[in-house]
Amino acid sequence: MTKNITNFIATLVLAIVLSLFLPWWSIMTAALATALFIPLKRAAVFFVPFLAILVFWAGFSFFLSSANDFILAKKISQLLELGGNPYLLILVTGVVGGLAAGIAAIFGKQLIMLTKS
Amino acid sequence: MKYAKLLLSLVLTIGIFYALNTKFGTIPPLGKFLNPTSGIWQNETDETITGDIAIPGLKDKVTVHYDEYMIPHVFAQNEHDLYKAQGYLTAKHRLWQLEFQTHAAAGRLSEIFGEGALNYDRTERRRGMGYGADNAIKYMEQYDTETLSYVQDYADGVNAYIDQLDSKDYPVEYKLLDYTPEAWSPKKTALLLMYMTKMLAGGDDDLEYTNVLRLIGQKNFDLLFPDFFDSTDPVIPKETDWSFIDVPQTELPASKAAVLDTIAESIEKPNPDNGSNNWAVSGVKSATGNPILANDPHLSLNLPAIWFVMQLSTPKHNAFGATIPGALSVISGFNQYIAWGETNATRDVIDWYKVEFNANRTQYKYDGGWKDVTLRVEDIRIRGKENYKDSVLYTHHGPVVFDKNFKGDNELAGYAMRWIGHDGGNNQRTFIELNKAKNYDDYVSALQYWNAPAQNFVFASTEGDIALWIQGKFANKWEGQGKFLMDGSNPENDWQSYIPQAFNAHTKNPERGFVSSANQHPVDENYPFYVFNDGYETYRNRVINDVFNSKDTFSVQDFKDLHNNNYNLKAAELVPYMLTHMDASSLSEAEKAVYEDIKAWNFNNDIDEVGPSIWRQWYGRLYNMTWDEFDVEDTALDAPTTYQTIYLLKNHGDHEYMDMVETEDTTETAKDLFLLAFKEAAERLMEIKEEKGDYTWLKYKATYAGHLLQALPAFSRFDIPIGGDRNIVNATSENHGPSWRMIVEMTTPPTAIGIYPGGQSGNPGSQYYDNFIDDWAAGNYYNLNFLQSNTVTDAIIGTQTLTPASND
Repeated sequence: MTKNITNFIATLVLAIVLSLFLPWWSIMTAALATALFIPLKRAAVFFVPFLAILVFWAGFSFFLSSANDFILAKKISQLLELGGNPYLLILVTGVVGGLAAGIAAIFGKQLIMLTKS
Repeated sequence: MKYAKLLLSLVLTIGIFYALNTKFGTIPPLGKFLNPTSGIWQNETDETITGDIAIPGLKDKVTVHYDEYMIPHVFAQNEHDLYKAQGYLTAKHRLWQLEFQTHAAAGRLSEIFGEGALNYDRTERRRGMGYGADNAIKYMEQYDTETLSYVQDYADGVNAYIDQLDSKDYPVEYKLLDYTPEAWSPKKTALLLMYMTKMLAGGDDDLEYTNVLRLIGQKNFDLLFPDFFDSTDPVIPKETDWSFIDVPQTELPASKAAVLDTIAESIEKPNPDNGSNNWAVSGVKSATGNPILANDPHLSLNLPAIWFVMQLSTPKHNAFGATIPGALSVISGFNQYIAWGETNATRDVIDWYKVEFNANRTQYKYDGGWKDVTLRVEDIRIRGKENYKDSVLYTHHGPVVFDKNFKGDNELAGYAMRWIGHDGGNNQRTFIELNKAKNYDDYVSALQYWNAPAQNFVFASTEGDIALWIQGKFANKWEGQGKFLMDGSNPENDWQSYIPQAFNAHTKNPERGFVSSANQHPVDENYPFYVFNDGYETYRNRVINDVFNSKDTFSVQDFKDLHNNNYNLKAAELVPYMLTHMDASSLSEAEKAVYEDIKAWNFNNDIDEVGPSIWRQWYGRLYNMTWDEFDVEDTALDAPTTYQTIYLLKNHGDHEYMDMVETEDTTETAKDLFLLAFKEAAERLMEIKEEKGDYTWLKYKATYAGHLLQALPAFSRFDIPIGGDRNIVNATSENHGPSWRMIVEMTTPPTAIGIYPGGQSGNPGSQYYDNFIDDWAAGNYYNLNFLQSNTVTDAIIGTQTLTPASND
């Protein structure tokens, strides 16, 4: 369990740091790196980084958007046919980031498996 | 197995990266687009309006005070710094629009949208937009390097902003369409001015009229399309004395026959509703004794709005008003001494020539011999595809827009366009000078540089003068020249000379105490040069002039009321006639109710009325029934104007054209058409009632301000509650109308109010994106805080300082 928490925190912190220098795929890089150095098991391989990035992206989006009364979020939500609901857009943002991170972590896990044998 | 899993997870990883990093159709690359560190969430904010910003190339400090409307008040120490700051600030608030409009002007939309925009791009290039911009730059390089240096300053300012940007700071539209801004250049300012020229002087009907003439003959043509209507209320008062003009109109040539080709299709034209109102009253006619001036340009209602309001000052001058992103200085506004505004002069400044080529299309027939064509290859970049190269042949007339490669099928002939817009004028100079003008003489001197689009420049000064000049570069045409397609090989058909600028129609301090223009006829028949009726306005002008003739003095409140005047003169001139002459006995109960509604209407296009909706349906159908003869397959045709249609319906009700083509055994007259159209209209109105609940003008018209990306719904505003319509002083139709309303009283310094349907920010994520719209619709105005010195007042909510960047 503690490994899950360690990975979660490490992924979150690393993703935030890397996002200062790298484009959006910094979250994939972060998840890949933590998968290599703090390997997890089974479903946690995907879900821990997924949640870490979901929290990062959704949280940061909410922080930026709530400070501006969700003016743009409502419009983008309409644009992407999410019914103009800003919270749904924030959730989608988190899931998109989480998905990319989770998949990158699975790849990292497979790399580790290779070196272990 | 291990390797298979590894490979699978690698493929998945690459797959998700690709999927989230790539634009699919209209879906943006979602990873780039949605990530909060560099995607759209970074645009969820207002622009910063405090702090210091270092800008390379500034000579001195520039202070920018923002008021509550987000209007920047710029205090620069010299003109070079001023235009740098204008470029910088315009980019800061409107970058995407700034660039997009010049891409549109240059025919470069395929770079952004792909192949779907190719036909548009080819049209703009064959129209010679880039050619005209090149000529404008050449002209400035040769004759006016000072103006060019300001244009360069503006470019430097825009680029200083772009250079400071991270990709996370790019406007939302770049992220949505997945491209990046490029550097600004003086050519782009020239392109923007071409864009305005096309918008306002890029339309003509020569090719359509050629088809009409061929089909109906000269006698009917003259009845349906007269040069002057039965009554004229021109821009320059009828009683004006023209005896000072000592240059004659060009003499009629021996052969003036039109070339009666069949033309299937012409190029896309600007919206015929593009027009404006402006007027000014003298001190004598003003309630306060100070002249008052007003302007409201009618353009497409877009977001970001076409206008950006600024105060632009140096220690030597202080101007305020509406600017256009991409052009320098204030376009419609005022300074400490004068106020000015424009309406479109709608003159015929495009003519078409048929040219015949030799076998390998390197020469064309001219004056009994051959002349060389020049070739301009337009290299069009297309997103995701190979470039498209379009070869456009140029003659001494101008570009051969239509030939075998574009909307034509004749191997060895084409139509060349002669357009004043190609001539490389020095329009930017006019505005720079107007911003600094102190009196009538300065204003007249500033106008001399203006070629196109021809405008009615209204003027008022604190000295008490009012004036109106119709300024543009006009060919001195022979009677009838350029109405139809001409033979391009005959030198007599060329433009022989220009009307000397001093003889352009104008009026200063006329006896009636006011000047006004609303895109109507510039002059009456007494003006000694040929002026062809190029679709002149005939309603707004009469309402405006009637108002000013109705009483002795006028206040700012009267001006506001006139801007918001919804009187539908067009309907008032036809509806009573139709109601009297139509046989209403066969109407059903439901139709009768509609009949009673329009009978009770007072001809005001207010939002809660149903009369305007009934009128629109009724007249629209009547017009189409009347001119069903003009609906001919594969032939570009124009039907007569509304004014002439109403005149014919009332005075020639049994003319052969009233008869409907499809009813072979009956002969309809105007009276029959009234009833037929009414019944169809009533039926459609019932349907609208089913769809929308009712057909009040509010719901029927449903005015909207559409985002520049084809009114992308998420970034547009719909169902704006405002009355009016085309040909009404409050000219607001569905997506078109008063794009800037300004009223200036010539106190010392001037006192001004203004508003436009939009907001100062181009960012859909800003509260300042569309915050003026509700007040605009309600007919409200904002006080324009004309700061007289660089000091912070109560009206200021933030101050930003632009400082010279050190050169190390």
